[in-house]
Amino acid sequence: MLLSPWRSAFPALAALAAEEQTYLDSAATAQKPQAMLDALAGYYASGAANVHRAQHLPGERATRAFEATRTRLAQWLDAGSPEQLVFTHGATEALNLLAYGLEHLFGEGDEIAISALEHHANLLPWQQLALRRGAKLVVLPLDDRGVIDLEAATQLIGPRTRLLAVSQLSNVLGTWQPLPELLALARAQGALSAVDGAQGVVHGRHSLSALGCDFYVLSSHKLYGPEGLGLLWGRADALARLRHWQFGGEMVQNADYQSAHFRPAPLGFEAGTPAIGAVIGLGASLDWLTRQDAAEMAAHEALLHAQLLAGLRARDGVRLLGEPQAALASFVVRDVHSADLAHLLTEQGVAVRAGHHCAMPLLKRLGLPGAIRVSLALYNDGADLERFFRALDGALELLR
Amino acid sequence: MSLPEAARQALEAFAGQASWEQRARLLMQWGDRLEPLNEEERNEANRVQGCESLVWLVAEQRDGAWHFRATSDARLLRGLIALLLVRVQGLPGEELARLDLGQWFNELGLGRQLSPSRSNGLNAVLQRMRELVS
Repeated sequence: MLLSPWRSAFPALAALAAEEQTYLDSAATAQKPQAMLDALAGYYASGAANVHRAQHLPGERATRAFEATRTRLAQWLDAGSPEQLVFTHGATEALNLLAYGLEHLFGEGDEIAISALEHHANLLPWQQLALRRGAKLVVLPLDDRGVIDLEAATQLIGPRTRLLAVSQLSNVLGTWQPLPELLALARAQGALSAVDGAQGVVHGRHSLSALGCDFYVLSSHKLYGPEGLGLLWGRADALARLRHWQFGGEMVQNADYQSAHFRPAPLGFEAGTPAIGAVIGLGASLDWLTRQDAAEMAAHEALLHAQLLAGLRARDGVRLLGEPQAALASFVVRDVHSADLAHLLTEQGVAVRAGHHCAMPLLKRLGLPGAIRVSLALYNDGADLERFFRALDGALELLR
Repeated sequence: MSLPEAARQALEAFAGQASWEQRARLLMQWGDRLEPLNEEERNEANRVQGCESLVWLVAEQRDGAWHFRATSDARLLRGLIALLLVRVQGLPGEELARLDLGQWFNELGLGRQLSPSRSNGLNAVLQRMRELVS
């Protein structure tokens, strides 16, 4: 039986086990390490303060801890200068920031390329931008494995393409996307590129400096950090093309009643009080992650994922969506409604996700009203999978 | 307020069912008793929006009392709908408006099926029912 040496670092796992809950929904939100809980409690208990504003001691301490996380993130992501990292209130907000900040670059007939598997967060901001500007949203198709079809992408990414926005790791199919090839196609056409790393950043270490995209977004709560916090990374020249989009405190250099001048990134895009506690908490989660053995974590996740796939494939009538490569798997069962299956898994204390996974057009294209998604994290172990499969078998026996 | 006979039977059947298997079997049995909707009635106008499963709900007034028929493509949801309908069937509008259906599902031991995080559709059916009778 596969054990997780990291499980005990996450107090919620024991709490959930006491309620007979098996948590297999980490792609929606991950549980948090004790180190993060301690950092949050420590910050609030020792004196909260706003950042970048006051010269007093608590303000200085908060600012230092806040900026230390930016630096740590830059190292974690091999992202160059910390100045290239903008804190947002989530990955969704980071993508909306891009869609508004880059709006001036789009005109009638310009094209925005996304893929057929995008989460609504990386679809709707671009769809709405296209509608505002009379631009065209081009949807790159997938192959049977659930990977963006490069041949089709080569045809579809053309001289009118102004921006390519794609996921790194699909939140529904668990497939890594061919980013180097896709980003090269965009670059060859002089198009900007944005990568939704919300799932990808959690599974494996990636070098943003080497990846070759212009923008990259992630969310803290999937990366074992607090909610209400996301990140936008950009190449310095790409960040310089963004227009300011939210206005308020701290993002301004000089304000008059009738006009104002704004700061550049990152602070120019962090209007108002940021999620200071959350930033400090994410810093603690990253510190904790940095202290773990990356190869060991990757091997554990790969083994768990392989066991998940093997178990699903061994069951009669189970159909996987695509060919999942990491972190998660979505499936349907022949002649069984996903809603019924979800109902009975919930009844048995198995926390998985059912439905369209915020990717309605993808599910529609697959001709499915919904699917069940099992998603894994560091702290899951063989016993979690065993409970899931026992519950699945029990549910299917009843429903068939 | 006295319970309709079918509701009394439902309460008797569900109350005290501790195992999930028993509850699921009962739900499926009760779902099978729903009055059918014909092909034409399963149209877009009768669709309950906001469910991930397909649900149709038809409301008719007969002698001042409401009569509902509903179905879904999901079996357990059909059962939940059946349990809802046995409680509300034949009630006059004001009585229906006053009825605490959360309490009804609690009595059946199925209160969690109405929790706001559920997207199983029962909440959407309740909402639609209120709209139809208001």
